[in-house]
Amino acid sequence: MIYLDNAATTVKKPPAVIESVTAALTCMGSANRAAHDISLSASRIVYEARGKLAAMFSCDAERVVFTANATEALNIAVHGVLKPGDHALTTDWEHNSVLRPLYRLERDSQVGLSFAPADSAGSIDYADFERFLQPDTRAIICTHASNLTGDMFDLGRIGELAKTRDILFIVDASQTAGIFPLDMKRFGIDILCFTGHKSLLGPQGVGGLAIGSGVDIAPWKVGGTGMDTFNHDQPQAYPERLEAGTLNAHGIAGLSAALDFIHDTGMQAIRMKEQALADRFYQGIKDLPQVTCYGDFSRERAPIVSLNIGTTDSGTISAELADAFGIATRPGGHCAPRLHEALGTKQQGAVRFSFSWFNTADETDAAIEAIRYLATE
Amino acid sequence: MREKTLCTIVTFLTPTDAMAFECFAGQHDLPGRLIPVPSAVSAGCGICWCAPHEEAGALGALKAANTLAIEAIYTLLI
Repeated sequence: MIYLDNAATTVKKPPAVIESVTAALTCMGSANRAAHDISLSASRIVYEARGKLAAMFSCDAERVVFTANATEALNIAVHGVLKPGDHALTTDWEHNSVLRPLYRLERDSQVGLSFAPADSAGSIDYADFERFLQPDTRAIICTHASNLTGDMFDLGRIGELAKTRDILFIVDASQTAGIFPLDMKRFGIDILCFTGHKSLLGPQGVGGLAIGSGVDIAPWKVGGTGMDTFNHDQPQAYPERLEAGTLNAHGIAGLSAALDFIHDTGMQAIRMKEQALADRFYQGIKDLPQVTCYGDFSRERAPIVSLNIGTTDSGTISAELADAFGIATRPGGHCAPRLHEALGTKQQGAVRFSFSWFNTADETDAAIEAIRYLATE
Repeated sequence: MREKTLCTIVTFLTPTDAMAFECFAGQHDLPGRLIPVPSAVSAGCGICWCAPHEEAGALGALKAANTLAIEAIYTLLI
């Protein structure tokens, strides 16, 4: 099967990732819990991975917190900084991993919520970020790239606005960590949430937050930390403050190997290949009859192309691509309800093609031919 | 049980700080190793750096330099 659902998860991983997870499963103990070699081997791998992520995001290693995924990281960030009476500004591009925690806080905790709106082309006016700020705005929370269209925000521009207003800037980098530079200091990011299994090429079950210096997050979960046993309260020092419970050290070992692969291969080389494949696909299908693509293709973007063919249900197209052509895509709503409403695709959904380092030009051409066939049959 | 010797014990606020110290020690050929925190220092769990007593001066200087997250330094017979 030709796998073009990499925005959901990258299936093909660098061989070193698989080897690293396998090795970890055979000999690794619980990280940060004991001083015997089996535990320390896990602690060392976790510490190394923190350091690699800290270098990637320009933050301190002890402020890299591991979670199960980006959703957990976003929940920790949002619930840990917003208090009753606060206002938060987010956007119509967001995934439910951002929207649902915010909706819950709005409903249950008197947190005010505003959205920078997307127009019918999916575009968001940067002026709206400033327009919707309020005196009590505590945080701007936004994605780096839409998981539906691949359109990207200029993080530096939003980060600068947040800094001038003394507002926290929380970024969901689920679609971009590993392929785009994410310098927290340069972009003014206070909290960066990431997942390990998409463009970072690691295993599922590992994600995290990178937290800027001086930013405090109240613990969302509390429990064992391997330290300060008789304290009734969660220790305050990072990263353990936000890491109650046994870490997924097996997964972190795989992520660490994936970070080495990205470093050795070159983030820019990976990004350019993925973008070239996405652009090749877009150029091949954009002028086909009945084909509608979503997003702004005139700017730098994540390697995602979403489309519809006429008024045919996106699930029908995706199923036909899988059954008749052996091509894996994602149809439906993509957990991005507000952007679908803006694009007018709430009922139809959209068929998303998303590319990774391991895809090829031949696979891309096969996808073009499949869409050509379906659009003209 | 082995014979007890006088050791310099370096404690940390977090296990992550202890791992950072182990990494630093490896890079700078500092003798010692991570061990469970002795109960004479703190009840409960945790890991600390145990070095020969002769290293007390060098470790004290490291703490004074404040570049590593060292919580405290003890001299213990363990």
